[in-house]
Amino acid sequence: MQWSWIPQNWSIIWPYTLDNLLLGLVPPLIGLVISVPVGIACVAKRWLYPPLLSVTSALYALPSLALFVVLIDYTGLGNLTVIIPLTLFSLCVLLPNVVDGLRSVQEPVRQAATAMGFGQLRRLVQVELPLAVPVVIAGLRIAVVSSISLASLGQLIGVSSLGYFFIDGLQRDFPTEIYVGLALTLLLALLCDVILVAARTVLTPWARGRAIAPSPLAPGPPLAIGPP
Amino acid sequence: MSFLTFAWDWLKSPQQWQGSDGIPIRILQHLYYSGLSLLIAALIAVPVGLLIGHHRRGGFVAVNVANIWRAIPTLGLLILVVVLLGLGVLAWLIPLVVLAIPPILVNTYEGVVGVDPELKDAARGMGMTGWQLLWKVEVPCAIPLIMLGLRTAAIFVVATATIAAEIGVGGLGRYIIDGLASNDYGEVAGGAAVIVVLALLIQALFTGLRRFVVPRGLRLQARSSR
Repeated sequence: MQWSWIPQNWSIIWPYTLDNLLLGLVPPLIGLVISVPVGIACVAKRWLYPPLLSVTSALYALPSLALFVVLIDYTGLGNLTVIIPLTLFSLCVLLPNVVDGLRSVQEPVRQAATAMGFGQLRRLVQVELPLAVPVVIAGLRIAVVSSISLASLGQLIGVSSLGYFFIDGLQRDFPTEIYVGLALTLLLALLCDVILVAARTVLTPWARGRAIAPSPLAPGPPLAIGPP
Repeated sequence: MSFLTFAWDWLKSPQQWQGSDGIPIRILQHLYYSGLSLLIAALIAVPVGLLIGHHRRGGFVAVNVANIWRAIPTLGLLILVVVLLGLGVLAWLIPLVVLAIPPILVNTYEGVVGVDPELKDAARGMGMTGWQLLWKVEVPCAIPLIMLGLRTAAIFVVATATIAAEIGVGGLGRYIIDGLASNDYGEVAGGAAVIVVLALLIQALFTGLRRFVVPRGLRLQARSSR
């Protein structure tokens, strides 16, 4: 480990880190924007969910490198070629969580909302979606952490990310560079994970101050565990 | 659909199907890397998951560590192992095992922890020891989730074994890495197509396997609750 390499190369470390962060955050966000309405539709129309679930779990099996390669032909060697596959993976993780989250809202709660005069839309926005937040965030944690990690593969087709330090480190047989790439990837993931857990705490004030108060880093609802 | 035409042109040429770098040999290499890694990961992660779930201790730490663990970029770990230890079995084995551990561990843990407490009470009431409770009640009830974890891990490993080609070993990733290096898009597309088909087959295999290993009682219950 050559510590002096880090300050000397700060000017290249920083942009690659930012690029990696971007590739790690944009796909889960697009995935969220798509999976919330689709999830709501799946809860409303039950028959829609099983076929969609089979499609997403098949998509989940596709190797990202193979998808990049397929897309090169259509989207070229740009960010989009990495963002599309990572968005698909995020979608595969998020959709089941949105559906499970919405379905976990108990019937008495729903009926209470209706009895208070909430219409369907208002009940969805003010009762069901907020109650689904913990499960959705559990999925988001997985999507963000995986995307940050997978983004480094983009470098194999020349899309800038922390993967640069792995490939350059291999070519120059220089471990320091690889350590830096690994450490920064983990740091980015940890940072985003802590922010998401904090967001869950802020968005679910009712979960605080209970008899068995979940600590801020408690697992919360089961982290989604792959395609069902 | 030029991807498909490129892939098809490459796949239908007979020379891709024979010799030491032909598709059948590459598939076998790929399955060997994936299978061995999955086996070792399962031997580590299943017992640890059972232990943590059975004693209900350290679950928090395990789940959060497993989540950050996912962030370890396989490409980086692969290259680090090569640079530090040189090329060898460990070079691809370590990163793939590391990759496969979190889904198996988290699912096994969640499976055991999620067993109905009344069921466990009943088992204890019948005089079962902790060990019997684990093997006769908790493990059978957790089988669906354990299988899900194994399936997810298998999919990850098969998909990611592709990257091992970056460090010069065999497997189906060779076609993608070599094709990219020599600008042979046909080879890249054909290789990608074979990997996609293999990944889907593995997924189907595990879905089928589930039917055989899930205890009959659980299957009946699932059907009646529908």
